[in-house]
Amino acid sequence: MEKAFDFLLYLSDAIVPVLIFFIVACGLAAKIQVYDEFVKGAEDGFRTVIKIMPTLIGLMVAVGVLRASGFLDFLSGLLCSFTDRVHFPSELVPLTVVRLFSSSAATGLALDIFKQYGTDSSIGLLASLMMSCTETVFYTMSVYFMTAKVRRTRYTLGGALFATGAGILASIMLAGMMRAGM
Amino acid sequence: MLNYLWGIMILVGVLYGAFHGKMPDITAAALSSAQEAVTLCITMTGIMSLWVGLMEIAEKSGLIEMATRKIQPFIHFMFPRIPENHPARKYITMNVIANVFGLGWAATPAGLKAMEALENLEEQRRTPGYSGSRPPEPGKKAGKSLGKGKIQGPDRKASNEMCNFLILNISSLQLIPVNMIAYRQQYGSVNPAVIVGPAIVATAVSTAAGILYCKIMDRKRGN
Repeated sequence: MEKAFDFLLYLSDAIVPVLIFFIVACGLAAKIQVYDEFVKGAEDGFRTVIKIMPTLIGLMVAVGVLRASGFLDFLSGLLCSFTDRVHFPSELVPLTVVRLFSSSAATGLALDIFKQYGTDSSIGLLASLMMSCTETVFYTMSVYFMTAKVRRTRYTLGGALFATGAGILASIMLAGMMRAGM
Repeated sequence: MLNYLWGIMILVGVLYGAFHGKMPDITAAALSSAQEAVTLCITMTGIMSLWVGLMEIAEKSGLIEMATRKIQPFIHFMFPRIPENHPARKYITMNVIANVFGLGWAATPAGLKAMEALENLEEQRRTPGYSGSRPPEPGKKAGKSLGKGKIQGPDRKASNEMCNFLILNISSLQLIPVNMIAYRQQYGSVNPAVIVGPAIVATAVSTAAGILYCKIMDRKRGN
């Protein structure tokens, strides 16, 4: 297990350089003007980011304001009365809510949980799993849809929340099973 | 929808903060978030340019075509109405592959390009006489020259492909949660990688749920 883990970490360290090497090598082998093509693509990428910059500013300000106001904590408090009934640990409610808005803030909360309860406690395991199988719903939606200049997002939010909910439910069951097996 | 969401987030934030004496925090958060967004964009500009540049090489040397062909059955299952040679397929493929391997920095650029391509596809569809199977004209940015049938402003709605693509993305596709494993190790876990198996199962469940939702919506609403 230890070896497998080391290999995994090595792989995640090595994958980017290997990928870059591989792509450039294939380009050279296919007799492509690699540098010219790279610059052409880079320009394209550059333009896409500049286009979404105002979007991102607006969005991050809104999330920042909402978080600083303490409203997200209040929302978590409200949800607690419901989550208690389905045996979802109330310590993880803020993490779940914040996860929908911001990846870095959620990571911060997850690390707090690790510090406080330990990584291998049932709460720590559940937090690890939840972080692994969910994405920042609102952030992703805003940035992607702003890029396509779409205003009406139709059934996306419903589907995204449904998938996230299914992932959290599965995490609860799996974390329970892991604790039982430990 | 985004207009309301954004507006409500701001209003609720300021009102709630006002009642709880958090006004100075909100000022600081608004200013620092704006600054943070620009910093993030500058970082992203570098990453995005690097990645899209590399992808240009990969594309010219035929690598992308190879990868696209390999997972084509899945792409076709999820997005049956994207024409065979449309660039959207290529970007969606790249985004899915990058996501599965946990290369978030590579997934976002491909995802954004995919959304642009899907938007162009929508514009083509709005043009009268669109046949549905015609590939975009080579060498020309698809949809750029089409002025007619263009809808702008608040009426622009997401196509089924856009909804499905986003739901698929948000359902999390990452196979091995490398970041979480690293954090667990850092915080003294006895066995940091113990979550790999269960995480794959949980991710599979959320993705399956997302796909199911898409398929039901596709059938119900058509386009």
